[in-house]
Formats: sequence, C-alpha cells, structure tokens
Amino acid sequence: MARVLIIDPAKCNSCRLCELACSQGHANAYRPSRSHVRVAIYPEDAVYFPVVCMQCDDAPCVAVCPSAALVRHSRTSAVLVVEERCVGCRMCALACPFGAISYWGGKARKCDLCDGEPECVRFCPPHALRFESEERSTDLARMVFANRLRDALKEVSTS
Amino acid sequence: MNAYAGRTVRVDLSRGRITKETIDLRLAKAFVGGRGLGTKILYDEINPKVDPLASANKLIFAAGPLTGTSAPSGCRWMAITKGALTGAVASSNAGGDFGPELKYAGYDMIIVEGVAKHPTMLVIDDDSVELCSAQKLWGENVHATEDLLHEQLGGNFKCASIGPAGERLVRFASIMNDKNRAAGRSGVGAVMGSKKLKAIAVRGSGGVTVADPKRFRAVCLDALGKLQAGTVGLSRYGTASLVNVINARGVLPTRNFQSGQFEGAETISGEAIAERILIRNRACFGCPIACGRVTAVKNGKYAGSGEGPEYESIWALGADVGIDDLAAATKANYICNELGMDPITAGATVACAMELYEKGAITEKQAGCKLSFGNADALVDLMTKIGYRRGFGNVLAEGAARVARKFGKPELFMGVKKQEFPAYDARGAVGMGLQYATSNRGACHVRGYMVARELLDGEQKMNPFTTRGKAAATIAVQDLTAALDSSGICLFTTFAIGAPELLAMLTAATGFDYDLDEMLRAGERIWNLERLFNQRAGLSRKDDTLPKRLLAEPMPAGPAKGKTVPLGKMLPEYYRLRGWDAEGRPTRTKLASLGL
Repeated sequence: MARVLIIDPAKCNSCRLCELACSQGHANAYRPSRSHVRVAIYPEDAVYFPVVCMQCDDAPCVAVCPSAALVRHSRTSAVLVVEERCVGCRMCALACPFGAISYWGGKARKCDLCDGEPECVRFCPPHALRFESEERSTDLARMVFANRLRDALKEVSTS
Repeated sequence: MNAYAGRTVRVDLSRGRITKETIDLRLAKAFVGGRGLGTKILYDEINPKVDPLASANKLIFAAGPLTGTSAPSGCRWMAITKGALTGAVASSNAGGDFGPELKYAGYDMIIVEGVAKHPTMLVIDDDSVELCSAQKLWGENVHATEDLLHEQLGGNFKCASIGPAGERLVRFASIMNDKNRAAGRSGVGAVMGSKKLKAIAVRGSGGVTVADPKRFRAVCLDALGKLQAGTVGLSRYGTASLVNVINARGVLPTRNFQSGQFEGAETISGEAIAERILIRNRACFGCPIACGRVTAVKNGKYAGSGEGPEYESIWALGADVGIDDLAAATKANYICNELGMDPITAGATVACAMELYEKGAITEKQAGCKLSFGNADALVDLMTKIGYRRGFGNVLAEGAARVARKFGKPELFMGVKKQEFPAYDARGAVGMGLQYATSNRGACHVRGYMVARELLDGEQKMNPFTTRGKAAATIAVQDLTAALDSSGICLFTTFAIGAPELLAMLTAATGFDYDLDEMLRAGERIWNLERLFNQRAGLSRKDDTLPKRLLAEPMPAGPAKGKTVPLGKMLPEYYRLRGWDAEGRPTRTKLASLGL
C-alpha cells in the first residue's frame, strides 16, 4: 500500500531536526541548506511548518521537465531526479507550487522519501511529519474541519 | 575536520582588522569546545586583572562540537569574557539558531578584541566577514535591531545583538540572539557594548560532518527517545513548571530571601502561564523539548507579546519582588528581552532595593516612588529606567551588590561574587549552597544543578539538609556540566540523559577516543582553569561565601524552617576533594595532573 508524507503544522515545534536528518542522509553533513525539507518559522505569529515535496500525483515538475529527468518510483511513488538526464534548467523548481525543489551542483535536488523510510519522519519529535497510508492522508484535514464544527456546536449549545 | 568547523574569526575592532585562524585540535580535545576552549583562549590572551569594560578585555563567541548537529538540543553557543557584573570569568550560554549558523558559515568561534571608534556590526556570510557601521542601529532595542538587520541583509541571517542596556553598560546587560534567546548573566552584554559592537549577523551554507555518522545517528536517536520520555513537564509547562515544586519544598526565595514560600506562587506558575498567556511552544534549533514559551498579555496596562517568562525570570520578577501579578511580571520580562538585560539580576536588584526601602535605607525621594514589595507598577517602570539608565534606574543598573553597599547595607545583597542568586534558597538545599559559593561565575544555578539531586525526585535523591556527600556530588555535577556546556548541547538534556549519552555523542561526532574519565577530566580541567583565571583576577577563598542571611539566619517557616547553610562544614572538604590547598588554590600536583 502506498504511503505518503503527512505534514501536521499544528504539531511542529520549530526545532528543525528534520532538516538535519535530511541533510545528513542526502549530503552526509548536518547542513540545512542542503535539506529537502525546510521549516518555515514565523515566531511573531507562532506559526511553524515544514515545507517539503508532496509528491503530487499530477506533478508540475514532471510535466515541465524538458529532459524527462523526473520520474516516479513505482514502489514508493516518490518523484525522483535522474541525475544523468537532468540538464540543470531549474524549470522544475519554478513550476513547483511548494518551492520544494532545490538546485545545486548543476542538478535539481528533491525529496526522494529516502527510498520509503523518510529520515525526517524518524527525527521529528512532535510527529508533525508522518509517513502513513494514502487512505489516511486526508484524515487530518477532515478532523480539523470536524473539530472546528464541534467547537461551534458546543458554543451554540452552551449559549 | 569532524564536528568542529575548524576555524576561528578574530576581529580587532580598534584596528578594523579581521583574521581567520585554524582550530588547534589538541586544545579542542583537552577543552572540548565552547565554554572550555573559549576560556582557554581568554586565559591565555588577557590579563585577568583588566577592567572588564576596558579595551584589553576580549569577548569570545564560541560554539561546541555538537552545535549544529542532530545531537538533541545541539544549538548552544557561549559568550566568554571577564564579566562586567562580577569581575570574574563569565561564560553565558544561549540557544536559538545563532550558534548552528556560525558553524554552517564555517567557524567555531569569534574572538572580539579592542574597541570600535563608532557603533559597529560584524556581518559573516560564509567566507565573507566584514565590519560595517551600526550607526543606524545604535539605540534600537533588540527586536527592532533584528528586524532592521533582516530588512537590510535578508531574512535568513541569524543575529546576536545588544539592546540599549548593553549600549549603556548596564552591568547585567545580556547578549540576545534570535530576538528572545539570551546569553544572560554576568554582564556579557555590557562588555559587547563597551566595544561598541552592536550586532553580529551570520549566514552559512555549509555543514557539520561527524566522524562516525552511523553510530552518531544511533546515539542521537537513543538520546532523543529518552528526552521525549523524560521532559514531558518541561514541554508542557516550560521551565516555570518548577514554581509550584520549589515553593512546596519551601525554597522559592521570597522578598529578597526573607522567606522561602510565596503565597502567590500559584498565580505565577508554569500552569498559570500555560492557562493564561501561552500561545505556543517554541523550540530552539534541534531541540525536542521546546520549553520556549511564545506568550501574549492581551489586555490591560501590561499588554504586550514576546517570549517567556522562564522559571528564573518569573521568580525574580515575581516572588522575589513580592509580586503575584502574572501580567506585570511578564511585561517586565518582555522589557528585559527587548532592552537586552538579565531578568534574574534585574528583578533581584529591585528586590534588594525594595528591602533597603522598607528598612529605611532608601527614601521615597531617592527611589522616585514607593518602592515596597509588591509594587508592580514600580517594577515595570524601573525595568525601562534601568535599561536606559534613567533616574533611579541608573543606580540599579549597577546590580544588587553595588546598590546594597551604596546604601550602607551590603549584607542585603543576595548573591555571590557580585552576582545575584537564582531561584533556589540554599537553606533548603545545602549542596546548592556549596555550589553557589564555589561557582566560578558567581551565584548561579547552571554551573552545577544540585537542585536535581536535592529537591527533585529521582534515583539519586539526597537529603537536602545534610552536608554528607555534598562536596563530592557538587564537584561531580560541576565537572560534568563544564564538559556538557562545552560540547554545545543544552543543560536541560540532563533531565533525561547523562554522562554516558554525552560521551557517546561526543566520541561519535569528534572521533576523539575519550573515555568517561577523560571526558569528565576535561570538565575538571575547565573548572580549574576558570578558578585560575579568577585567582589571577584577585578572587580568593573569601569570595567563596554566602550572604549572612543564608549562613546565620534560620529559614523562618515552611519545610526548611530553622535551617541555615553549614558552608563551613562543606567548603574545606570541597577544596580537599578538588585537590586545592586550604586557601582554595589549585595545587601544582593537581594542575600538572590536568595538564595545566
């Protein structure tokens, strides 16, 4: 069963351990600038959330790539960069609605779901990043809506 | 190079000269990094007798080998200098993003020397290191300074700066980074101000490598798991989760240590903070605990927003000044963060002045207000006045030791080596009293947290009132803390992990073949070097003492009722176990065994 990376911004605590885990896994150094996941932090608004590739089904990066360098892995469903084919045009980075594609060393770089065992998930203490079955991937949004409705109903019934 | 970035930036502000040096790995191994290595450089390069605010003093910003790695809470950096408050060695520790970013730019340390002619800032962008004018930033508070820097340089620079308090040489000014993280104690911000260095902005695109990535990953995951299980209360209620605990033990210092229980403790507790003003937790870089509190006081005359208060600050600006108004204490804490000063000393100095006022040593005319305990408006007003050295604030900006002496009652200064106590009355934790008296940077809780052994529940709990075993325990915790501080991880990790985990992370990261003894000996080496610095600065056995109140006035009520600190029973044993002579001087044999 395919699994997807789930981001739960409400749980993120802004620690950036995901960036460290990702960069160590992919660049063999604790190096946030080379991490595929980056945490957006707005301290004044108390808003923090990890930004990372969502492995879109109909992926703009795949569609825009002129050299067919972005391909979907059959087992993990991750969109991967085939380095030998990548011409370094950065069109994919422009096309990505999440800004989740980086570029260095002449090639596009992106999340590959660590071949099915994402390090960022392993190193996320508050479980803001999870790797779960695709059926469960929309549970979160549903619950957020349901919780809001419950709160509203509670307010109505008590007033 | 593994774990270390490998380079130091040396900045001579007098000559406007910047040089880069390579880290000496032999020294790095002996002194670990951060606090230890910074102290070694300070000891070798300055005359400890120098006026802390003179050009000849140096200010060192130092990260540790684990800073910027996935070691949990591996974000710490230290400001090392001769303290403006204490005249002793100062090393103040801070979290946030600044330390890791310094490593990513390629540096373990910045050594700042001399005095700039005009307000100056240091901008580090990977290999590019430049001094620029900070004329436009001078006078701005810490938050505005960072906003202006981000506007000018780009949002991804990490900043450490001083506020108006540092500029005006308030003796307990802090260096603030990432807006609300503080290298708070001993007046490191005043030293930065004396050098006319307003800010350091740093951005780095590099990384930190470790010697054995596979083993390092495993030991980090192990430590992470233990931390998550062992720091739940700290996550939920922040450091102020201690307010009710310490109050129940009868050692929450109240009204300048006149008693050990505060009737308003509940209203300034971590639980109250969570219920009334907490918006969200905020983690420092790499930290699973996330004890930081993003807070807001939404309404009323004390409205504001920011971070904190922490346990120590809510105590100093609450119980110690007899104030149970959470909003007022929180506002006072926001002002400390924005103006860049240590809320512990700021609150404790006001507390000392309040007692002087109530005992008639300070008049209403001198204070400019009715300075009684509990006067929340006076507290909040004085915070701003201290930060800008206005009116009576100019007097208080010198710290409690100098204030108490000025008004003829030096015995009302509650601290050691001119630094005010933090939030534990040692009459109910006598080992903590020994630690206060012997701490190299003056009264301090984070040089050897005996509180954990004496007041908090755990396997190694000791009777808080007996002296037996306290000297040995104090030495052990001081040495471990020195090693841990120098490594670059946060002291709060010790609520869940200890020496074995630290050793595993340090060896896997650096590749050094430390064993447990050797790592702890590095801590002992650092402790002895700090002691030597102080000795050469003119401090001696007579400074290893406590105020008369703790030595001779029994605690009036509560679980520690009738107790004092029998320091005289513990101190000789401490010296002996340290391998020091009867005057508290490290012996030649001891120094030789440590390679000093």
